[in-house]
Amino acid sequence: MKQLWLTAKLDIVESLRARWFQIYTLVFGGIVALLFLFGLTESRVLGFIGLSRLLVTYIQLTMAILPIFVLITTVRSVAGDREAGVFEYLLSLPVSLSAWFWGKIVGRYIVVFAPVFLAMLGAVIWASIQGIEVPWDMFGYYTALLAVMALCFLGIGMLISAIARSTDMAQGAAFMVWLFLLLFLDLILLGVMIQGKVAPELAVTLALANPLQVFRTAALALFDPQLIVLGPSAYVILDLFGTTGYKIFALAYPAALGMVSATIGYFIFRRGDLP
Amino acid sequence: MIKFTNVVKDFRRARVLDGINLDIGIGERVALIGSNGAGKTTLIRCLLGEYTHDGEVAINGLDPRSHRTEVLGNIGFVPQLPPPLKMPVGQLIDFSAALCATDPKRIHAIAQRLGLDVEAILARQFVRLSGGMKQKLLIAIALGREARVLIMDEPAANLDPEARKIFFDLLAERLDDATMIISSHRLDEVSGLVNRVVEMDMGKVVLDDKVADAVTLTARLACRVVLSRFEPAFAKALAGWNLRSSDDNRIWEGDIAGPDRLRFLGIISRYTALVSDLSLSEN
Repeated sequence: MKQLWLTAKLDIVESLRARWFQIYTLVFGGIVALLFLFGLTESRVLGFIGLSRLLVTYIQLTMAILPIFVLITTVRSVAGDREAGVFEYLLSLPVSLSAWFWGKIVGRYIVVFAPVFLAMLGAVIWASIQGIEVPWDMFGYYTALLAVMALCFLGIGMLISAIARSTDMAQGAAFMVWLFLLLFLDLILLGVMIQGKVAPELAVTLALANPLQVFRTAALALFDPQLIVLGPSAYVILDLFGTTGYKIFALAYPAALGMVSATIGYFIFRRGDLP
Repeated sequence: MIKFTNVVKDFRRARVLDGINLDIGIGERVALIGSNGAGKTTLIRCLLGEYTHDGEVAINGLDPRSHRTEVLGNIGFVPQLPPPLKMPVGQLIDFSAALCATDPKRIHAIAQRLGLDVEAILARQFVRLSGGMKQKLLIAIALGREARVLIMDEPAANLDPEARKIFFDLLAERLDDATMIISSHRLDEVSGLVNRVVEMDMGKVVLDDKVADAVTLTARLACRVVLSRFEPAFAKALAGWNLRSSDDNRIWEGDIAGPDRLRFLGIISRYTALVSDLSLSEN
């Protein structure tokens, strides 16, 4: 356990000094600042006003940015470290491979999640000071959703880093995974449904295997519990899970996907050449 | 102590280690030499448990891969190329010391002896240090603990002559209880440090020979070089070895570390036409 925390701390210190982290923090802090600046808390859309309106916008933007950011930065730094000889040296020290791998995940998770959460927390604190009502339920669920989103894509990123032998390959693979999830989201399933090749129920179930779709739907469900904007697809989802059931699924499934990916990554890492 | 039994390593279709058999005992100082691609670094990585391979590698009967913490706790490693770590020097020392169960002050003390003022650079990023500073720090981390095996890849390449002398002294202090493997492209870089030479080529051991152990690591040679005429480039090289000049920069005198004698003569050989007198005598 001591080795794991030492590795996690090391990864945090390394990340805090990396340029990607500075940009990453700036992006999420900047989004919140801009949303306040543009007076989003005063606007009314779909009946939402105040901080809930800001949070809805923030999570939509985060869903677009966070997955690709986490994937690319994770594979770049992990595969990059291996290529640059960092692994050769640090893994010559007496640290177990499990402590090293999971310590890196813990450290990186903190670094990836903290700016996203702190930006949202900052918005809540600012709103409290300004006397704007804070939707605590929404804030709590969005926090959990962001935590799970970070875990999911970090796990996938670590899996890609363990498989790919070079930074270029890892970066390319990460981009392809993200693109696949993005295309899978709309184009592929929409196409096969229109062509009538698969039953709508199957298409919706397949869509829910996609973590990006799960997050998007979960975020929608919070301000549109009947998922009216999804049309007929909503019936499949609500019949299958129910409103509360889907909320739980949206947290449990991506978290499990992230953990399973990370675990497979760990076994691949442990089995192969380390540097 | 260290045993390689029929070790084979392939990268895709290329065989990098081809049936390596080696036995290295306690107190042996082995020069691992060979050209680029000979397999030296791969062999070291197998020894550190970083590469999977066929055959067996054992240190005190333990496989470095499956008994990582026990085995690596006894190994001090200095890589050829310092890793581009962004962490501050203090963090690197604390991290290494905590993993190796040693006192960071011990690492500070060795770095100090090598001429590196650690206190002044604790907050500086490791990657921003000069090549020599990085090398000194990595040597201090490797020697600042109870390592029974020292694996060093071109360890003194970036050190100035004064730091090299101290480095040799530090190694001499570990002669009785440590086994050393020193990798280099050139034998003259490490000849004075070792008592056994293993040469590799195309993944095989092509030479395994004992070296007369006459040169002690702590030996000092009084050196005197007389030049027929002043030559700025040669004078600069001699000043780099901490020799002092007199008689209008024609006579140069000072101490050379015993293990560095071949390296020093290598420098002198480039300017033989300018040397009118040369003496090297053991103090």
